[in-house]
Amino acid sequence: MRTIHDIHGGIHPPERKALSRPGDLQRAPIPPVLVLPVRQHLGVPALPVVAVGDTVMGGQLLAEAQGVMSVPVHAPTSGTVAAIESRPIAHASGLTDQCIVIQTDGDDHWLAFEGITSWRETDPARLVERIREAGIAGLGGAGFPTAVKLSPGPARSIETLLINGTECEPYITADDTLMQCRADELVEGAHILAHILSADSILIGIEDNKPDAIARVQAAISRAGATIELATFPTKYPSGGEKQIIEILTGQQVPSGGIPADIGIVCVNPGTAVATQQAIIDGKPLTHRIVTLTGEALAAPQNVSACLGTPITQLLEHAALSAEAQQRIIHGGPMMGFAVSDLNAPITKITNCLLAPTATELPLPEPAQPCIRCGHCAEACPASLLPQQLYWYARAKDQEQLAEHRLFDCIECGACAYVCPSQIPLVQYYRAAKGQIRDSEQEKRRSDNSRERFEARQARLEAETAAREAKRAARKAAAQSQAAKNGSDPIQEAIERAKARKAEQEPNP
Amino acid sequence: MLAMLSDQPLLAALTALLGLGATFGALLGFAAIRFRVEGNPISDQINALLPQTQCGQCGYPGCRPYSEAIADGDSINKCPPGGEETIQALADLLDVEPQPLDAEHGVEKEPVVAWIREDECIGCTKCIQACPVDAILGAAKVMHTVIADECTGCDLCIEPCPVDCIDLIPRKEGISFWHWSLPEDRASRYDVIATDAATRDAA
Repeated sequence: MRTIHDIHGGIHPPERKALSRPGDLQRAPIPPVLVLPVRQHLGVPALPVVAVGDTVMGGQLLAEAQGVMSVPVHAPTSGTVAAIESRPIAHASGLTDQCIVIQTDGDDHWLAFEGITSWRETDPARLVERIREAGIAGLGGAGFPTAVKLSPGPARSIETLLINGTECEPYITADDTLMQCRADELVEGAHILAHILSADSILIGIEDNKPDAIARVQAAISRAGATIELATFPTKYPSGGEKQIIEILTGQQVPSGGIPADIGIVCVNPGTAVATQQAIIDGKPLTHRIVTLTGEALAAPQNVSACLGTPITQLLEHAALSAEAQQRIIHGGPMMGFAVSDLNAPITKITNCLLAPTATELPLPEPAQPCIRCGHCAEACPASLLPQQLYWYARAKDQEQLAEHRLFDCIECGACAYVCPSQIPLVQYYRAAKGQIRDSEQEKRRSDNSRERFEARQARLEAETAAREAKRAARKAAAQSQAAKNGSDPIQEAIERAKARKAEQEPNP
Repeated sequence: MLAMLSDQPLLAALTALLGLGATFGALLGFAAIRFRVEGNPISDQINALLPQTQCGQCGYPGCRPYSEAIADGDSINKCPPGGEETIQALADLLDVEPQPLDAEHGVEKEPVVAWIREDECIGCTKCIQACPVDAILGAAKVMHTVIADECTGCDLCIEPCPVDCIDLIPRKEGISFWHWSLPEDRASRYDVIATDAATRDAA
């Protein structure tokens, strides 16, 4: 039996998970129009390879990856490309981004795919390539390209593959549902990932508030006759943070600024493992995902498997939204999500939950009061930071002190803001400060580059002037030595020639 | 000698002081030569804070000349591309009071990059010669183009262009440049008096 460690801080907000009936997976209808952003992941946007008017089949490549930190986008059903343009997307900024719009034809024709059933004998590099081509980005919420995660480099040897089935955020049951309904695929996907990483052991971690998922995954493990360890641990938010679950299950801490691979662990979401299984065994690209539709403003909260690119409003309609005045729709969970400004925005690879709360269920935050330095935030912080100090330094824009207090170790879980008696939106301060620091680092790199180029140009211009001067001096010296040889002064001669010409031109009056 | 010194304490004190002065003077003189600093470290530090647009809006031909001028006592508020942030950083470095940006030299604007409308470019190379960071590519009678990553948005290429085919477009637009902004600072309004709360609810 594995020893379960505790993490610093954490909170126990109301879970509200039963609302969306985990384990009962429905299919969302195919909407008439799909809007697929070319950037559904962390990194460089994909480059469209289809043109407006093209007919596409389900699973067809729509946009290809540009470089390593990028993942392609595929069509979730058959139809016609109606537009490639900027559309509103589900993003905290409320800005638009380039999207491929597909008019679906309702026939749902698919390309035929060929899987790699003999993956155990296949070179891991080829499997990683297949995962990259399948457009898989971490389905837990950050959207990190999975192929990059699976290539930790020869310097790091991976001992453990950790499947993070914690899903600690209130309301969300997408991973719970996935683990209940696709446990066999999950186990096979975990084996494929472990083969790619040449990991010695596989560990699946599930919080103890999901007994059904635990039972089904355990059953799938015994069916497969696999040596996979299933660990359960007490419910606490935010145990599902990558660094947090690693500490809970191994007692080891990921070094500050490092990644889990530094201590021999790769941590993936169960959804990513299932997507890997489908990409390798069936050869299918990532085109659907499980989304929790929940909140008291929905008459039929549920978990659906939906096409990526389905407009949010369609899904809410499917779940029978009875919108009240100023209805807020939250993308993600109540702790880390953000309010969507335009409901025509589509769901993407990172959408695990759409939350439609009533005003009494999740009231708007009260105006923030001054910080009373109670210190509750420091007790709640799972990263053992000093949120209160970070808050003051973020307000003062003191980047040195923010770095000193390890701002970049903050996982933005929102536990500090949850316990704050003054209702200060602490996480927003940290997000803003992180953005400013990244911004000024980028500007610094730019200005260093400009300085270098300016100085190189100055040096070049000076060298050119010096070369010209040297040439002129050489010519002058040559002329003088010539004159010395002939015994006459070339300047004097030139003056005399000019005088003679002048005299010719001006005939005597 | 020793006997004379012990007889005359005044002379002894003077000798001791002179001796100490000579020793430390020699030491300082040696250090000044041995650990001599080349260039002007203050102006280097100032230059590191300037935005390196090389636009010349400060009245100097580039950021380095301006940094040298500041080191010699010029005012720190002549750099519009750097704006308030640079003035604050310079004030911190030099331990002087920050001043508002001198409007005579321009106003703070969003960062831009130059963009050549390529159909209209006649290939005169004038902008290439004007660019302080060699960010324009091209040759005589062929189209020129700006390397956007290297362009500082200094606008020095605009004026020499005989056909006005260069635009300045915002550099930081779109979702990749967005980041969260600090929340509206309600916490600094200390509205904790009960009567204030009543009026706030009424409003």
